[in-house]
Amino acid sequence: MKCTVCKAPAVIDIRRHNANFCAEHFLRLCRDQVVKAIKDFTMIEPSDRVLVAVSGGKDSLAVWDILVELGYQADGLYLGLGIGDYSDASGEMARAFAHDRGWKLLEVDLPTEHGFDIPTGAKAARRVPCSACGLSKRHLFDEAARTGGYDVLVTGHNLDDEAAVLFGNVLHWQTDYLGRQLPVLPARPGFPRKVKPLVRLGEREMAAYCVLRGIDYIVEECPMAAGNRHLGYKDALNAIEAVSPGTKHDFYFGFLARASELFTPAVAAEQELLQVCARCGAPTPGELCAFCRLVDRATDREPVPVSLGRRPG
Amino acid sequence: MKVRLRNPKRELDVPGPVRVHALLERLELNRETVLVIRGDTLVPGDVLLDDSDVVEIRPVISGGAV
Repeated sequence: MKCTVCKAPAVIDIRRHNANFCAEHFLRLCRDQVVKAIKDFTMIEPSDRVLVAVSGGKDSLAVWDILVELGYQADGLYLGLGIGDYSDASGEMARAFAHDRGWKLLEVDLPTEHGFDIPTGAKAARRVPCSACGLSKRHLFDEAARTGGYDVLVTGHNLDDEAAVLFGNVLHWQTDYLGRQLPVLPARPGFPRKVKPLVRLGEREMAAYCVLRGIDYIVEECPMAAGNRHLGYKDALNAIEAVSPGTKHDFYFGFLARASELFTPAVAAEQELLQVCARCGAPTPGELCAFCRLVDRATDREPVPVSLGRRPG
Repeated sequence: MKVRLRNPKRELDVPGPVRVHALLERLELNRETVLVIRGDTLVPGDVLLDDSDVVEIRPVISGGAV
């Protein structure tokens, strides 16, 4: 198998592009796809201060690496979520990555700063763990970007993530979520601009990027995500992709081009109704935001071990 | 050859020679969901693996809160 660009021996084949790449041209492809996403969706300006949400996994470390390579001023943000050994290992990966490169990594520890961890918060709020985790992360990302004076928050969501979320939202006709599923969410009072520069790159490409760049990342899956619905949607889409390469790309980018606008007016109307959380100042439709309500329920609860916190999503 | 897998971590002995794509089919793995790594680099689907090779089959799927 030869590189489609230079005819040197290839290290990876990408069926949806009907192409093979050597290491050099594959890494260039990844950077080019990020440049195109940033340009097409007006994600980041050269003068922006960028905060990258870093989990220690392949996507977030890769996007941080690519953005700095492209010349952006990007710092990292790691959230300690208290998910047992998994959080310990992922934190070490994020710290080692930042330390080796001399890059700035901010850290927020949920148990230390808010008095609960994800297994305990999920049980107290009677939410599935991924729901309590997502809610906490979104709140803490927004807060860190706001207090740190960052213009834009970057997350490592890739094409597979976005296609799987879209698949779930369409299956259940979650029209409010469909209206928000965009590669860029503009800044609003209380929220930084949020962008997803990896939407043109698949999960397998991001793992390959890390291997070829020598980036050590946490390969193991979060123990609390095992068996969740999102992973089921990914399995289903990958089964289709195996027989019809390019389906995930067409599904997601077709939605953005031809359908997403149908769902945005309802979201805009919903945003008009937001007020300020009486406790933390975050935007919320009620008196207290969802995160502050979670803190109230979870604080001072008996800690829940990780294995007991696992429930199907 | 030695084939290292994860989730759960285990090691299999698979007779070679065998091409990467055929190995994945034999193990009933979707090629969209894994990378095959020999030494410190990737090997594409048409590479012939020998009996003496040690390869890692690394899952690429992540899926927590999004």
